[in-house]
Amino acid sequence: MSRAQIRMLPDGCRLHLQDGPIDLIVEAFGARDDIRRARDAATARFVTILDELCAELPLLRASVGRGGYPPAGIVAGRMHDAVAPFACYGFVTPMAAVAGAVAEETLAGMRRAAPELERAYVNNGGDIALHLAPATSFSIALIDRPDRPSLFGTARIDADEPIRGVATSGWRGRSFSFGIADAVTVLAASAAQADAAATIIANAVDLPGHPGIARAPACDLQPDSDLGSRLVTRAVPPLTDGEIDRALSAGLACARDLRDRGLIEEAALHLQGETRSLASPDAPASLPAFTPDRREFVHG
Amino acid sequence: MSAPHTNSDTASVTEGNAAPEAAKLGDKIRCDACPVMCYVKPGMTGACDRYANIDGRIVRTDPHLLLDRTLTTGGAVVPFGNSAAWDGTLIDPERHFVTAIGAGTTYPDYKPAPFIVSAKIDGTDMVTVVTEGIFSYCGVKVKIDTDRHLGHESSAVRAAGEAVGHVTTGEYGSQMLSLGGVHHLTGGSKKEGRVTCETLLDLCNGKPVELSVDDGARVIVQAGGPPIVNGAAEERMRVGCGSATIGMFAKQWFGKVDEVVVVDDHITGVLSEHQAGRYLGAKDSGIRLKGRRSTPGRYFQVAQPGTGWGGTDITDPLTILEPFDPKRARPGLTMLMVSTTGEQFGFYRLDDMLRPVEEELPDDLRVSVERIRENCEPALCTVLFMGGAGGSLRAGVTDNPVRLTRSVGDALTRVTCGGAPAYIWPGGGITLMVDVTRVPDNGFGYVPTPALVAPIEFTMRLEDYAALGGHLDWVRPLESLAGSSESGGGEIVMAGRRAVAPHDDNPWPAGPAASGSVR
Repeated sequence: MSRAQIRMLPDGCRLHLQDGPIDLIVEAFGARDDIRRARDAATARFVTILDELCAELPLLRASVGRGGYPPAGIVAGRMHDAVAPFACYGFVTPMAAVAGAVAEETLAGMRRAAPELERAYVNNGGDIALHLAPATSFSIALIDRPDRPSLFGTARIDADEPIRGVATSGWRGRSFSFGIADAVTVLAASAAQADAAATIIANAVDLPGHPGIARAPACDLQPDSDLGSRLVTRAVPPLTDGEIDRALSAGLACARDLRDRGLIEEAALHLQGETRSLASPDAPASLPAFTPDRREFVHG
Repeated sequence: MSAPHTNSDTASVTEGNAAPEAAKLGDKIRCDACPVMCYVKPGMTGACDRYANIDGRIVRTDPHLLLDRTLTTGGAVVPFGNSAAWDGTLIDPERHFVTAIGAGTTYPDYKPAPFIVSAKIDGTDMVTVVTEGIFSYCGVKVKIDTDRHLGHESSAVRAAGEAVGHVTTGEYGSQMLSLGGVHHLTGGSKKEGRVTCETLLDLCNGKPVELSVDDGARVIVQAGGPPIVNGAAEERMRVGCGSATIGMFAKQWFGKVDEVVVVDDHITGVLSEHQAGRYLGAKDSGIRLKGRRSTPGRYFQVAQPGTGWGGTDITDPLTILEPFDPKRARPGLTMLMVSTTGEQFGFYRLDDMLRPVEEELPDDLRVSVERIRENCEPALCTVLFMGGAGGSLRAGVTDNPVRLTRSVGDALTRVTCGGAPAYIWPGGGITLMVDVTRVPDNGFGYVPTPALVAPIEFTMRLEDYAALGGHLDWVRPLESLAGSSESGGGEIVMAGRRAVAPHDDNPWPAGPAASGSVR
């Protein structure tokens, strides 16, 4: 596969894999041989993924609500399975989980090749699949806006928690969104599930009919978009505190529903400087699960 | 699946990589660079953000270049701190993004991604304890090189309508603003706090910020850039006050012109009355100025402060003159009026009614006006971050916080911000000031508290670190890290060094051990 780019980043620890629209950063921790095997496996698995996906792209761009055949490919299957539970929330296609599913499948290849691996992650542009051996953990730092990246919290994920996927969605990001959230970050059992859920929750953070929000048909922006002529968010004006609260509350209700159905573990929603999470729906500054404030303040 | 973007700042077009075969559908082009086969609209990119339709051709926009650039400027390794006693999370979102994940940065229009960073440890005979402090007590002092009136002392300074600070005492040739501070950050409305935090963050990270002063000017401030006052970029500082200008240039004027007035909001100078002119033998011209005479040839308050000549509100300099004294003035007398930057000037000759009439500036005087300009330094905005690290941040360094304060006070421990030297204010606590342009790009962050997050490193000898009760258990030699991810193991430690591209002018804070920085 001469098309894919495979290289180590200058730190000598992280592997960068790129093919078409897919960009992965991969890092493994453990015994030296396991790390090497895991990197080789990640590369081997990665190089065919884009072709596998493109083989059934039309199916993956169609709504899951329509029935029809389940896709044949392994990654496509992960995408389909991840979005299927969300069909009742409106239009959703397997593409909503593509980034997470690719990360997950690459990580699965690494684990098969190196079962003794201590920890590993595959980060697909912010949608992250995690591997944790017993008694290990990852710390993840979270930001709220890509154009003004700043940390709003950290999440420590321990091996005994049922979380192996982290994903973020929002209109400012690379993917289109029906909603106005700057970012919705979800922790879930798998990366594909987190990816799909973040998309759904970000869509729900919205102020339908608000005249200041600019929206455009997705196909006007990208002719092949799986979202067709549906309106996607292009710009959001400064909102009042009341509007922010209303939009976040709508998203939070969706997130709560997903958690009650066992689809996600935690979600943090950001809109114009305000943050709400499932763990602390009313107190934006304190997110127990995300623990932004375990760091002590210099003063006050 | 991807948002198109047309930001030419981030997508460098490399013609050499151009043109996979393309099929057209209307103005859309089908890209076959990869099997996704996107149709791409003019001015937009495909799903990859790598190939764009530019002027009807598919052209590669090169994200690898971007990645390389961000990696080299941002540095490759950022330690991530945590311990049972102290969740010393290193927060540098921009650089974490660059260094810890990288994938995000390959997209000019990337997703807001969480990111993972691994633990990196350092410590040989020198120890650098790296944390990023959350500063609720912090702000910036802004020095704006201009004599234009920005606003009265203690007037509120606003961003997006919210009070974020005030005008403080001016300095020679510069206006000073004091922005931020705990009252604006957390003492006012939520919006005031948020806007203050954004303003500080942008200023600290070298971005331009538009500020307005109550009953004063609108000014765009950017660290290291010229101020833009009411839409006009300030080019140079005044050469000195009007009186000083007379002193500096009297010899060059004497004999070429009968009278010179240097218009300045602070002290307007008059050659014939000024000591420098008297010394040369300048004759009484019969000139009479408005304002209040301080000493001979030096006038206060000839006009109101403003953005006209020499920081006054005037656009016609003759308005600061009373009629010439008919007993002492004579027809034909020549007069140069010039501002303290040489940007404004006028040459006049008294007519038979002793009224000044403007004429073209003679060449020999033009030289002196140009020399004023030449002697003016470029006008800049400079931004110093100021914050107090006297609180619990110290617990991340030592079990006995006051010893760190004393160690800093005794100069055993050096404090830097992202490697930039910090001035430590004498007295209690660790109150520091740092030039934000010497801190690596986007070295500052924020938390929604709101408060600013600034990098801060304490560097000291290992024995001194032990003496002040440092967390010796967490200190590891640099070699144990080299090229290995095995030492990570989920243990997150808080003593370490961040490897960033060092600023050329900054002395390396840690001495010989510095050469081992992981990059």
